[in-house]
Amino acid sequence: MEEYSQKVMDHFMNPRNVGVIEDADAIGEVGNPRCGDIMRMYLKIKNNVIEDIKFQTFGCGAAVATSSMVTELVKGKTLEEALKVTKMDVADALDGLPPIKMHCSNLAEEAIRSAIENYRKKNEKKE
Amino acid sequence: MLQHTYYFDNAATTKISKEVIDSMQPYLNEIYGNASSIYSIGRETKKAIEVAREKVAKAINADSNEIYFTGSGTEADNWAIKGIAFANQHKGKHIITTNIEHHAVLHTCEYLEKFGFETTYVPVKENGIVDVNDIKDAIREDTILISVMFANNEIGTIQPIKEIGELAKEKNIYFHTDAVQTIGNIPVDVKELNVDLLSLSAHKFHGPKGVGALYVRNGVNIDNLLHGGGQEKRRRASTENIAGIVGLGTAIEITTKNIDEKVKYLIKLREKTINGLIENIPDIIVNGDREERLPGNVNVCFKYIEGESILLHLDQYGICASSGSACTSGSLEPSHVLLAIGLPHEIAHGSLRLSFSEENTEEEVDYLLEKLPPIIKNLRNMSPLYNKSNCKN
Repeated sequence: MEEYSQKVMDHFMNPRNVGVIEDADAIGEVGNPRCGDIMRMYLKIKNNVIEDIKFQTFGCGAAVATSSMVTELVKGKTLEEALKVTKMDVADALDGLPPIKMHCSNLAEEAIRSAIENYRKKNEKKE
Repeated sequence: MLQHTYYFDNAATTKISKEVIDSMQPYLNEIYGNASSIYSIGRETKKAIEVAREKVAKAINADSNEIYFTGSGTEADNWAIKGIAFANQHKGKHIITTNIEHHAVLHTCEYLEKFGFETTYVPVKENGIVDVNDIKDAIREDTILISVMFANNEIGTIQPIKEIGELAKEKNIYFHTDAVQTIGNIPVDVKELNVDLLSLSAHKFHGPKGVGALYVRNGVNIDNLLHGGGQEKRRRASTENIAGIVGLGTAIEITTKNIDEKVKYLIKLREKTINGLIENIPDIIVNGDREERLPGNVNVCFKYIEGESILLHLDQYGICASSGSACTSGSLEPSHVLLAIGLPHEIAHGSLRLSFSEENTEEEVDYLLEKLPPIIKNLRNMSPLYNKSNCKN
């Protein structure tokens, strides 16, 4: 089987930012248990900046590692900056993914996007 | 860093034994002759092949002229199914098999559809065992072949081969069984079982990779799969893989010796493992019948988590196992076998298979039972499904 990079294994074995934010400002969930991947992101947002982020993931090694990596990439960023983080950025930051696992980094990008979209929708209603 | 390897994946392949290697060595070195040649090192290799053939025949109670060496278990399956189909299509074009077969059988049947053959995939029951009556109901006027695996490679369930053999004989339909997982794990007697064709593979019982055999009962009408030279009584062309064949002979002789004792030992390891897992880990499902299963097979699902993650963690401790999750199968679907026994997709993704050989020890099982529960707990704590379902800890 194709091997994971050391960085993927590091983020899989010691995932950053695992958990739940009880009073999250935004939650994004993507994936499908049928396919064996679900990612859920909890965001704490202040002045348009992602102050804190946590994730929960059901999935393979790459799903966990990409979740962990994307939280590191977007933490401290403005929402606009966070939306610019692509699946390639996530994969590159992990020193690459086996081709068959590229959809995992896609999920990571989508999870962030979904959380931010939910946040914006919620705030539009308030205004 | 040198770490002890805890090898619990003997259904994938086994470690080749020293006796097997020693028996093969001369045929990789000085006795390299082509078995079709007339000079002494050619005659010697020819002789070695025939000795190996007798050993295989003896192990399954066949006659040695009913054993044909192949390049793998997959080749044996392909040959049996395509060979019977093409040779007997004047009688009919219907094949019966089950929905838990190895892909070597399933994909061969699918391929035959291109040539107008039709296959009925009889579903197994929830315990992973096919009902003989369901096979009986699937029989048609034009059925020419029934192919049912002896024991399943994933969940280890043993199929009612003897009963199906009787049925096939009564209906005058050829019966093939893929016994790749079975040889060396339970006694196999082709005469008692009424099978016409049986596939086996050396690397599943401490033999070398790249060699298998097909048993073809004398009188069975079967086409060749490979065309070429006159080897294997003109039935299977290819210069013989002498060292491999000799290794197969040695391995099958050893693995079928003292089999009752081995079965008892493997069942002890299996039961210790299953009971240990059930005691220490909540929300666990044992897949496949608890009794009618291979003595060394454990297959369980851990709810709310995914199999590849479990395997990667186990690997950090030197533990080798396998899973039927999509990520380990290289597709988006989990194992067809786990779906066939009625598991929902998300649970099938969380499967773990442990398959023991006689080389495993109780101490190794203790090590597994110590390392696995915290891994499961850790992964569940990370899983959004676990919290959602709000289950006990």
